[in-house]
Amino acid sequence: MKVVIDADLCQGQGRCFSIAPGIFNFDELGDGVVIGDGTLSPETIDLARLAQANCPEHAIFIEESS
Amino acid sequence: MTDKPPVLDFATDFDHTDPEWVNDPYPIWDDLRERCPVAHTDRFGGAWFPATHAGVSAIAKDTENFTSRDVIVHEGRPTEVDLPAPIGLAPPITSDPPFHQIARKLILPAFSPGVVNALEPQIRALCNSLLDDIIAEGVVNASMNYARLIPPSVIREMLGFPEEDMDIFIRCVHVITESIDRPEEERIELFAPVEEYFRTKIEEHMENPRDDLTSFLLNAEINGEKLAVEHVFGTMVLILVAGIDTTWGAIGASLWHLAQHPDDLARLVDEPDLMPVAIEEFLRFYAPVTMARLVKADMEYLGCPMKEYDWILLGFPAANRDPVVFKDADKFIIDRAENRHVAFGLGIHRCIGSNLARLELRVAIEEFIKRYPKFELENQNDVTWAQGQIRGPRNLPLRILS
Repeated sequence: MKVVIDADLCQGQGRCFSIAPGIFNFDELGDGVVIGDGTLSPETIDLARLAQANCPEHAIFIEESS
Repeated sequence: MTDKPPVLDFATDFDHTDPEWVNDPYPIWDDLRERCPVAHTDRFGGAWFPATHAGVSAIAKDTENFTSRDVIVHEGRPTEVDLPAPIGLAPPITSDPPFHQIARKLILPAFSPGVVNALEPQIRALCNSLLDDIIAEGVVNASMNYARLIPPSVIREMLGFPEEDMDIFIRCVHVITESIDRPEEERIELFAPVEEYFRTKIEEHMENPRDDLTSFLLNAEINGEKLAVEHVFGTMVLILVAGIDTTWGAIGASLWHLAQHPDDLARLVDEPDLMPVAIEEFLRFYAPVTMARLVKADMEYLGCPMKEYDWILLGFPAANRDPVVFKDADKFIIDRAENRHVAFGLGIHRCIGSNLARLELRVAIEEFIKRYPKFELENQNDVTWAQGQIRGPRNLPLRILS
């Protein structure tokens, strides 16, 4: 599973990198970015889902890998 | 506002400056959400108020049909003279695309989490020195003598204005925040001494640049050209208007809540790690900021016959109480895990200072409850609320308990 941020939807609300700093970071403008390629482990998936559930802009997507 | 007729029905004649709305708007919004859900008024020359999250969200994100040229609801309307589109009086909050993005990108780096988080030690020191000044024997006015004084000091320091200017700076802030919805001529007159003070500071920074927000703005460039002094001044005005009463309101409302909910207070004292989650619930439940838009042209929208230059009162605090989006929306849940609140707005105008506001709010509450782990409301009847689009307690007498 992979987590991605839709950069067109992200407005820098800052919830993802506050909740899950190991998965998300911020760029120079304060927008959220995914650390690395966004691959989630069984240990990080719940935290990624929590960040997703707190994004006011609905900019976080978790993709089931095939 | 005493000369206004009282509101008989908020669905057809709402007025956000009406005492009922000012004192306790939440039952009004709940009622409107069920009945309308978009309220209308002929006051202010015509205005609409969507009470649902869906309505607020749709309009906040729709820059085709709505303009941000003026964001404070009042009787007048912007003209080409006082608010040249697309920049507006205070870019980028009063700007529309495409200029908006240019003006916003310019100042975003100055408010990014990396820059803002570095301010934490000095904000903590500030809070403690304010608490030192409070003689806590019995009753503390936690709004006037604490919450009110934190944001201006933080912003003064960010702008690089000297500490000995604190009194004149606070006077300027009051002129700016209290005159923003006055008629243009009056505003120009009131602004004159403020503009002079700021111009002096801007000139000092031009001669002697330093590592602060003022020099940052003066060095910023659009298309290879430095900003006009008017743009720099306008952005400073925006930072003051947007960054002071708002955070004051959030800190005050949070302390007001804790004074009445000893269980929540005790949990925060005992579980400091809960603070970031609690801060988001304070922001959801007591969101201080209501914004505004203007309708660009006559149209049918959300089932309403909107006219050109009708106001939209954009109630993010009302959206935060919508049960369609929030479970138990009318309950304050201090450890609410899923919280998509919109206290800082939605879409391209998301509050630029949100990282700073969160930091100030968190540190202010942390230090207050560290110093005073037990307190209660002295008298609910003495609590007064700010009137207008920024909500928060102005008078907040708290009794410190041992």
